[in-house]
Amino acid sequence: MRQVMSTEDLRRVTTRIAHEIVERNEGTNEVVIVGIPTRGRPFADRIARVLSDIEGREITAGSLDIGMYRDDLDTRPRTRIGPTEIPENIDGKTVVIADDVLFTGRTIRAALDALADLGRPGAVQLAVVVDRGHRQLPIRADFVGKNIPTAASERILVRFEEIDGEDGVWVDQGGDG
Amino acid sequence: MNHLLSTEHLDRSTLEELLDEAEGFAEVLTRPIPKVPALRGKTVATMFFEPSTRTRLSFEKAAKALSADTVSFSPGTSAISKGESLKDTALTIRAMGVDLIVVRHTATGAPWRLAEWLDIPIVNGGDGAHQHPTQALLDCLTIRQRFGSLDGLKIAIVGDIKHSRVARSDIFAMTTLGAEVILVGPPTLLPLDPEAWPVSVSHDLDSVIEEVDVVYLLRVQTERGGASVFPSLAEYATRFGMTPERFSRLKPEAVVMHPGPMNRGVEISYDVADDERALILEQVTNGVAARMAVLFRLLGGEHDA
Repeated sequence: MRQVMSTEDLRRVTTRIAHEIVERNEGTNEVVIVGIPTRGRPFADRIARVLSDIEGREITAGSLDIGMYRDDLDTRPRTRIGPTEIPENIDGKTVVIADDVLFTGRTIRAALDALADLGRPGAVQLAVVVDRGHRQLPIRADFVGKNIPTAASERILVRFEEIDGEDGVWVDQGGDG
Repeated sequence: MNHLLSTEHLDRSTLEELLDEAEGFAEVLTRPIPKVPALRGKTVATMFFEPSTRTRLSFEKAAKALSADTVSFSPGTSAISKGESLKDTALTIRAMGVDLIVVRHTATGAPWRLAEWLDIPIVNGGDGAHQHPTQALLDCLTIRQRFGSLDGLKIAIVGDIKHSRVARSDIFAMTTLGAEVILVGPPTLLPLDPEAWPVSVSHDLDSVIEEVDVVYLLRVQTERGGASVFPSLAEYATRFGMTPERFSRLKPEAVVMHPGPMNRGVEISYDVADDERALILEQVTNGVAARMAVLFRLLGGEHDA
């Protein structure tokens, strides 16, 4: 396993993305951050923390579970259904979806469906720690921590202190994983 | 988990996973659009050989909230013999392309037979006086929402234990989740060998009322010969009913539950049934979420790796 981002890299990337969100949206008054469980959640929380510092007010991130919206429920191993908690009404707001890795785009498609059942956002943007390519759908990220070209057989592991006990990004060369 | 037939052999982690997922589905049910596409294209059949309002509606609502289609089979009032005809009926429904069958039957064990005959998941919606596992799930979900956990809680199950599939399912689920269960009722309504279960037994509700966290009242089942095994409904109400006087002696945070349909004035007084600490309607609401968790678990793709 090869480490491609350190704790410090992850911190800098989060700070930069938070600033980009403020710049793109001319502030955060109309912005709602939601993380996709499991590891989109700590990423969203960290972005919200930086945004709170920048904006000088308390900004909390939400959680958007997409387990019930996947198009491959029949074929992939079941994952646990996580919580969906949206801190405020999203109608007309700009929703920034946060996730750890952008890969095929299917998770994000499911997230867009899930959002549509919760309200009608004015706009939806996407922030990811890593974009590893191999898209199967016409989806792109608005805010990317790092582009990491990968082989389809490789695995990207984004780890967060809150869940995994350490921060950083690793590439696993595949095989059994 | 390929079927849900009984709570007896469900381990703690499976129960907790189902309850965790039910919490997620409970949140879905509070949304402006209380529906998710998780089981789109699946068909759930309900086969109820015994009258039911809430269980059947609850399963159908759960299936629809997951975007599954539902079909239902009722034998009506015609006499359907057991054995071959149950099998033929089930095979016929299966041949229509049904993905899961919820079955309620007067005969103990009928859901197990279906599980042997068919190659699709079977959910026991109540078999005789034996098991009613989704009721136990919704009860545990309701208790967990109120107390955070069942660990260390004292739960009295009161009334006609002998004929109650609700009690049989609750006993196993509640004790597996860490609660202590006390069965309370007249000797004629208790099973012959309660020692076989992880419970204690009392014949006197008043002696336990002050120490329990949950009083779970069972319905007096006149259709299962309930009224013939104690002198009168009035006497039952006096000795085992949740009267306002008994209610006032409960711990301040203790709650009252009932699987419905209630006989107001018998096992529960009119006033207590409407109290904020009577969780009867919460149980009904949670029933939909708990059944969604079961359907999703059985139909939503492969099992946990």
